[in-house]
Amino acid sequence: MKATPTHAAAAEEFLKDEERSHWHDDTLWHVRSKRDVAAQKIPEWEQLRTNASQVKDHVLSNMDKLLLQFEKNATENGIEVLWAKDAEEHNQHILRILEEYQVKNLVKSKSILTEECGLNHFLEDKGYDVVDTDLGERIIQFNKQVPSHIVMPAIHLKKKEIGDIFHKHLGTDEGADDPAYLTEAARQHLRQKFIQARVAITGVNFGIAETGGFVVCTNEGNADMGTHLADVHIACMGIEKLVPRAADLGVFLRLLARSATGQSITNYTSHFHRPREGKKLYLILVDNGRTDQLGREDFRNSLKCIRCGACMNTCPIYRRSSGFSYNSTVPGPIGSILSPGMDLKKHSTLPFASTLCGSCTDVCPVKINIHEQLYKWRQVITKEGPSQPSKKWAMRFGGNVMSKPKLFDLMGNLARKSLSISPRGFVYNSFNAWGKHRELPEVPKESFKEWYRKNRKQ
Amino acid sequence: MKVGLFIPCYVELFYPQVAIASLELLESAGVDVDYPLKQTCCGQPMANSGYQNYGEGSAALFRKNFSEFDYVVCPSGSCTLHAKDHIYSGEENEPKIYELCEFLTDVLKIKELKADFPFKVGIHASCHGLRGLHLAKPSELMGADFNKPKQLLEMVKGIELIELTRKDECCGFGGTFAVLEEAVSVGMGKDRIKDHEEHGVQVITGADMSCLMHLEGIIRRDKSSVKVMHIAEILNARVPKTQNQ
Amino acid sequence: MVPKKQEAMNSSKEAIIAAIKKNKPDLLPLPEHPEFPYGDNLIEQFQASIKLNGGAARTGEGKMAIQSYLKENFTPDNQVLSLVEGITGNFDIKNVQDPHELEHIEVAVLEGDWGVVENAAIWLPEEKIVHRALPFIAQHLIVLLKIDRLLGNMHEVYQKINVAGPGYGVFVAGPSKTADIEQSLIIGAHGPRSMVVFLME
Repeated sequence: MKATPTHAAAAEEFLKDEERSHWHDDTLWHVRSKRDVAAQKIPEWEQLRTNASQVKDHVLSNMDKLLLQFEKNATENGIEVLWAKDAEEHNQHILRILEEYQVKNLVKSKSILTEECGLNHFLEDKGYDVVDTDLGERIIQFNKQVPSHIVMPAIHLKKKEIGDIFHKHLGTDEGADDPAYLTEAARQHLRQKFIQARVAITGVNFGIAETGGFVVCTNEGNADMGTHLADVHIACMGIEKLVPRAADLGVFLRLLARSATGQSITNYTSHFHRPREGKKLYLILVDNGRTDQLGREDFRNSLKCIRCGACMNTCPIYRRSSGFSYNSTVPGPIGSILSPGMDLKKHSTLPFASTLCGSCTDVCPVKINIHEQLYKWRQVITKEGPSQPSKKWAMRFGGNVMSKPKLFDLMGNLARKSLSISPRGFVYNSFNAWGKHRELPEVPKESFKEWYRKNRKQ
Repeated sequence: MKVGLFIPCYVELFYPQVAIASLELLESAGVDVDYPLKQTCCGQPMANSGYQNYGEGSAALFRKNFSEFDYVVCPSGSCTLHAKDHIYSGEENEPKIYELCEFLTDVLKIKELKADFPFKVGIHASCHGLRGLHLAKPSELMGADFNKPKQLLEMVKGIELIELTRKDECCGFGGTFAVLEEAVSVGMGKDRIKDHEEHGVQVITGADMSCLMHLEGIIRRDKSSVKVMHIAEILNARVPKTQNQ
Repeated sequence: MVPKKQEAMNSSKEAIIAAIKKNKPDLLPLPEHPEFPYGDNLIEQFQASIKLNGGAARTGEGKMAIQSYLKENFTPDNQVLSLVEGITGNFDIKNVQDPHELEHIEVAVLEGDWGVVENAAIWLPEEKIVHRALPFIAQHLIVLLKIDRLLGNMHEVYQKINVAGPGYGVFVAGPSKTADIEQSLIIGAHGPRSMVVFLME
């Protein structure tokens, strides 16, 4: 089994194509800018964030009672609630339902949870035809890729590349890349899938404990086109995606789309409480490591996430290296604090893929302290993650020098002297990562301490 | 009030003019300022790399060096933030630690400066000072605008402050990030420099020499004409020159 | 005897609930619902919001205007389904047993329950659409909304509606759309290609 590339290695690879990296960065920055414009129109924006954060803080502290309340009310509504402790169980539930209904093809709207559980591969290996109906997801499904962004899955692809993909899979004109033309082709293609599908899988944006219903937000209308024509609707929900009361949605729905894309609201905000007459509605509650994260005092707040993607849009590292550099179902800043909890070894480089600039924390609609958690994961990883003896040694040595003033002054002098006399080729060698694209600072004729002793100390 | 000056380790070694300017700024404001010679580093490089425990020695030395002062002032947002988060615990008997700009605006309440600096200047809003110490309102937060470094620079005669396209994007230094994620770090640095250059900036300034060191490294390698200077140097009315002229 | 599937799942549920009880932090309070007052030029705000969403809102006209709109924009071959009293279409929903029969509806005329001006979201509970698929499967959407049903923001609308009343309800804020292809906004993804709202007294 090939080792997961480090974020740094994957990022360096992506950055080799400077033009693409710049284009990707500009595209995501544009989305961040749209978010700013939308938020500026709401004078109470920061108060909304505070309220949403407090609601989610309460949810985490009361999750068992809220889940049981949710299950009770949903069951009374006629929804069959299933529980899955991990990805495997989630997938098996769905398989069983498909077998029961003797269905071989199904449609699926956007659900990062099903990505996390590897549902598509699981079902395809068993001969099922899963059609992702979100346009971005259908594109990457054709392209045999995973989403690079949780809200805009195909953001890494240019329209020409999408044109080529559609030419290959949908028979659109060769070389045609007009987005309207391509979208129309996808509309016609997917409309047939909706008409034919008997089972539709959706995600869940919010489960409402008080009423036993749930909300699904889309712009395209694909979740609804699937579920309202199918015989069976399976909704997949992470256990943390609860809100206690219906009226809490007033706050969350004002924050979600504005944070994600700068829209005031997604075009469709569907509220499901009861199955269609004579039809079946399942809701699968999934743990898959969430209860473990709940137990981590420093990291449990990451479970407040409402999957808006704003942190990705603002992160200067994500924008320049793309979601693929993270090798994580949820990439970017939030992914970097969620994923190490699920697989510390695989994701050990993610918390270091950051300058700790803090912008992610500021844009998070539920005020997750993302950059602080990144710092804290670093402390955990150096103790419990894959060992890095040379880095550890260098840090211990550095820490030692820094705690002894005379040694610090001596080493500082040595560093300055050796830099000032060393030939350029010696200094800028292949081990000098700083020196690859930057000059080291010039050596001053005296240090500040030397100046101070001469000019101030009596 | 007794003020202790803390100078970041790399500034003490490579950018003494920034320390000199900081010292002179405080002295000319009539502050009783001393520089404990036994200081070294705040410990941030170790802590941010995940080895907070290896930074404890620096933290203890820091506390020892500054125990007798009312204030500690430091011309670095990131060192100041690190000290606030990891060296001090906010107790009564501890000195109050301030970054240089916020000390000038909030404690000394400076209203005018004698500095003269007739150049086009772009402000690099270093992240730790910006978001950690609230030196200015970040662009992504909603609320009333304020900017302490800018407030001080506006007191400088002849200065022309230039608006950027992305006013507070990170430069990409990030401590060991600069070498461990070299490709992204340099990419971010180049984009920052380009933003300044495209708007005609002659001097990039900021409150953190670490960011400026990283940007200057790229500028000198690419042989660009834009200069970098720490804000203390501008507020203390130095003209732009290459390092250590 | 509990079937094996049920038993396994009960144990998963129990395991999850037990893990939560063990791992959750101390109880934190639930905040009150906030209230934020809204300006009073509701019609203009709604029109601005729906325009941003790619739709349109007309005002100052009666039901006849909708009838004329239908006549001007659709031909007799088009299936026109109206659920609004006083607006006649040519497709009778009473005979529809299965939503698949709505596949060729060209335009649906519906009445909205409430409209939110900050984002043009119109609440359509199940009883107002009869078949859940209707607002999605139609190629075009026309919505009648009474002006006295306009509210300022989402906080207000959630005070008015009982989401759990209908088995299904949806906020529709404009025609369907996507920006998944290089961030180019295309109106008309899988749902309706256009949406016109008629605001009436």
